[in-house]
Amino acid sequence: MSDERRFGDDEQPCLSVRHLTKRFGAGCAHCLDPAAQLERNVCPRCKTVHAVRDASLDVFPGEIVGIVGESGSGKSTLMKCLYFDEEATGGDVRALPCGNGAANLLTLSPQHRRAVRNTVFGMVYQNPYLGLRMDFSSLSNIAEQMIAAGGRNVGAMRGRGEELLSRVNIPLSRASCAPRLFSGGMQQRVQIAKALSNNPPILLLDEVTTGLDLSVQASVLDLIQQIRRDSNVSMLVVSHDLGVIRMLADRTLVMLDGRVIESGLTDQILEDPQHPYTQQLVYSLL
Amino acid sequence: MTPLLSIEGLSKSFTLHRVGRRIQGCQGIDLRIDPGSFVGITGRSGSGKSTILRCIWRTNLPEQGRILYDSARFGLIDLAQASQRQMLYLRAYELGYVSQFLNALPRQTAYEIVLASALEAHGAAERARAERQTEDMLRHFDLDEELWELYPRTFSGGEKLRLNIAAAMIKRPRLLLLDEPTASLDDASKLKVRALIEQLKGEGATMLGIFHDLAFMEGLCDHEFNMQEGMLT
Repeated sequence: MSDERRFGDDEQPCLSVRHLTKRFGAGCAHCLDPAAQLERNVCPRCKTVHAVRDASLDVFPGEIVGIVGESGSGKSTLMKCLYFDEEATGGDVRALPCGNGAANLLTLSPQHRRAVRNTVFGMVYQNPYLGLRMDFSSLSNIAEQMIAAGGRNVGAMRGRGEELLSRVNIPLSRASCAPRLFSGGMQQRVQIAKALSNNPPILLLDEVTTGLDLSVQASVLDLIQQIRRDSNVSMLVVSHDLGVIRMLADRTLVMLDGRVIESGLTDQILEDPQHPYTQQLVYSLL
Repeated sequence: MTPLLSIEGLSKSFTLHRVGRRIQGCQGIDLRIDPGSFVGITGRSGSGKSTILRCIWRTNLPEQGRILYDSARFGLIDLAQASQRQMLYLRAYELGYVSQFLNALPRQTAYEIVLASALEAHGAAERARAERQTEDMLRHFDLDEELWELYPRTFSGGEKLRLNIAAAMIKRPRLLLLDEPTASLDDASKLKVRALIEQLKGEGATMLGIFHDLAFMEGLCDHEFNMQEGMLT
């Protein structure tokens, strides 16, 4: 996109999500009404769980958008719906790199979705066991992603894999080791290398630094900043760690019981929160 | 002359839900800053000075009034109404904000912090130019070369501040906001900051600064305001 249009009124988001919903259970006459009172996100009558009740957001090219909220607020479910790990119940998701945003990704055929998953999105899960095959070598993990996107040249894939691993600071002497043998921080970095393998324009990062020790956390944050500086990727970053969000995100959304209740520039959300829940959340910041 | 920034009737209060109270930040602020001038606001702590600056920078959401800024990119724009994306652009390319606190990624050296700021302004393709400017800027602001490769966590208050100013100034912002840059500094460091501001002024920078320290402002400002209980006097 030309610089002229970037940041302008007619700027198009790289990823646009409208009214995404995800419920576990059929729902009933009571809870299908958007204004229904639930017990947190559970219907008091039919016990359907409304994990995401209404989420809308835009991520612009080169931008990092943060999502914060307590456990169970629907952050991870939202990410999984975007990456098609979970089937969204309703809503509209468009990505600029996918046919210029012409199609709602949620209505694509399974085949087409797989292609989007491999080329448009890169996903890094909180739990590396979800994102990696723990018994395969790190290089094979990366190659798998490239094969899924149509890669067939073994030499080229090996070269790219080694380049990615050195970029995330995994020594090449460990490239043939299985991630099972790695520390948590190394596993997370292999996941990031894998997610980057097809140069996806959009990265989805779900609690990438949770559970890592401080020094490894700093190196992962540094890596994410570097990726942003070098390649202008858009990122959606979910974290319950406000410090991580403060360091990374340009803009931030706050989720509560499956809804986006507040959004703004990250420092504004942290310094001048408007919603009672956001204020309570920010007061808990160390 | 068209003012670079013109604030009309700006008010801001904070609603604290936990205790069910509203706290007044600033009220009915009118202020005008011409290009190349230095406007200073003094006042006791808690008088609402910072709120004005934070409304301009959108760390605080303005409630009432207009903050008209003459942008190079967007023309005359009301910062109280500008979109989040427009604010991100202005923060990256047109406005600068210096506070006494350093907000940087952990384990970034002083050099890297200023370089990152230069790269944001010029784009990653201009790395050589950004590196050259970073070195110039660090020397210019008198940051000892021995400190360049250190993490600023161990810096003194004055060193952190000069690093902050260097990171903000390397982008050559059209409007520089100074949020109590001399708080918590000793007299020698204050004089250094004063010399620095004089120098920036000589180079034609437009600045809005807040200080709780009247003596420090003597003869430095083109216009000076005092703030009491949220209002300018």
